[in-house]
Amino acid sequence: MSAVTVSDEHAASDKTKVLQPAWVRALHWTNAVAMVLMIMSGWQIYNASPLFGFAFPRSITLGGWLAGALLWHFAAMWLLMVNGLIYLVLGFVTGRFRKKLLPITPEGVISDTKAALTGKLSHDDLTKYNYVQKLLYAGIIVVGILIVLSGLAIWKPVQLQYLTALFGGYDAARYVHFFCMAAIVAFMVVHVALALLVPKSLRAMIIGR
Amino acid sequence: MGRMRKLLIPGVDKALLVRDAVKTMPDLTRRRFISGGASLGALTLLTGCDVTDSFSAEEMLKQVSKFNDGVQALIFNPNAMAPTFPESAITKPFPFNAYYDLDEAPEVDGKTWKLEVRGLVENKKSWTLDELYQLPQVKQVTRHICVEGWSAIGSWTGTPLRDFLKLVGADTRAKYVWFQCADKDGYNSPLDMATALHAQTQMTFKFGDEILPRAYGFPMKIRVPTKLGFKNPKYVMSMEVTNEYKGGFWEDQGYNSFSGS
Repeated sequence: MSAVTVSDEHAASDKTKVLQPAWVRALHWTNAVAMVLMIMSGWQIYNASPLFGFAFPRSITLGGWLAGALLWHFAAMWLLMVNGLIYLVLGFVTGRFRKKLLPITPEGVISDTKAALTGKLSHDDLTKYNYVQKLLYAGIIVVGILIVLSGLAIWKPVQLQYLTALFGGYDAARYVHFFCMAAIVAFMVVHVALALLVPKSLRAMIIGR
Repeated sequence: MGRMRKLLIPGVDKALLVRDAVKTMPDLTRRRFISGGASLGALTLLTGCDVTDSFSAEEMLKQVSKFNDGVQALIFNPNAMAPTFPESAITKPFPFNAYYDLDEAPEVDGKTWKLEVRGLVENKKSWTLDELYQLPQVKQVTRHICVEGWSAIGSWTGTPLRDFLKLVGADTRAKYVWFQCADKDGYNSPLDMATALHAQTQMTFKFGDEILPRAYGFPMKIRVPTKLGFKNPKYVMSMEVTNEYKGGFWEDQGYNSFSGS
């Protein structure tokens, strides 16, 4: 635990630096709202015809019943898609993806994973992502793209039938959509837990510094 | 407590933060959240909607659903055919699905039944089943996709609706063909004209080469492979060509009206 404790001197020197620019913060929190709405309404939609032998408890779903959940899902999807598109465009145009997420080397990922698991991974310099972060952040962007595309494939299996075919057909696309959701939820659990363990990273995502 | 202190954000009042966060959270225990009219503070800030006393999540969601009707009509390609499948792909047994049990399904007498044709058509004559059986028929093996998410492949045979609309002199510039059915509690549903004129939209008389059984909508079903299952009327009693949006059994309960696939 000592490795993640922030020393006062360090916090002071970081105060002058903008860690997260305003556009990243705005898009991040918009995405957080959209994701939560999509996931909770998605669970209610899943319950109408479960792919596996379980259903999500009503208390953690959104919409009350299938029609309500669909209304939420197909409203929040615009927020998610527009916000996500702006993020992708700005991520490439500003060079943020290249600077922050690349390169990702297998050696770096392995050694940083070991360091993380033994509690030796430092979070002192928040301007640089470690290799585990790079891999997870790049990976979750890919999953985000996949969940939108598989969602479109399920929504429009006639109009976008080539996209649906790309996922192996309508039924297969439902499974892809589900597993992308599972990956995002798993990511969120780790992401939120670590943000709470390293409060200055959470602060940076709120006030920028 | 020491751990908790570390989690706090400097300069942010804990009590205020919690109060604000709680305010933006929907009441999840309510049975039908959207009818609760809860305001969605977080979303309104992000979308720039006016927050007024009459603002409710339900109203906003309805508006977005209407917007989605428009988007779907816009991307609907009249020349895009629903994928077809070999007969070997047909789901057996094909599921019976309705908002009632099979023994509550309408029992229509094919000898006395007549299809009523109303609205913006030149010939308002009613059609007996024998007369309809004389019309040229086409078979399709397509995927039926339920709004619940499951799907099943079936074989439907019948007359393309657009041929029938031409035959009765329907005004195909009208907005909808509205179907009324014999289901208990009065199922009805509007079909937008572009979809009604789609080559695969069919007045169905047979399922799997056999006369349509009661379970699948005897005497006549409208098969619309470019729409979700609930927009495929069974036990059809009448059709009306109209410019008026007359609502529908499921549409009025909040399901998206266009519901195209």
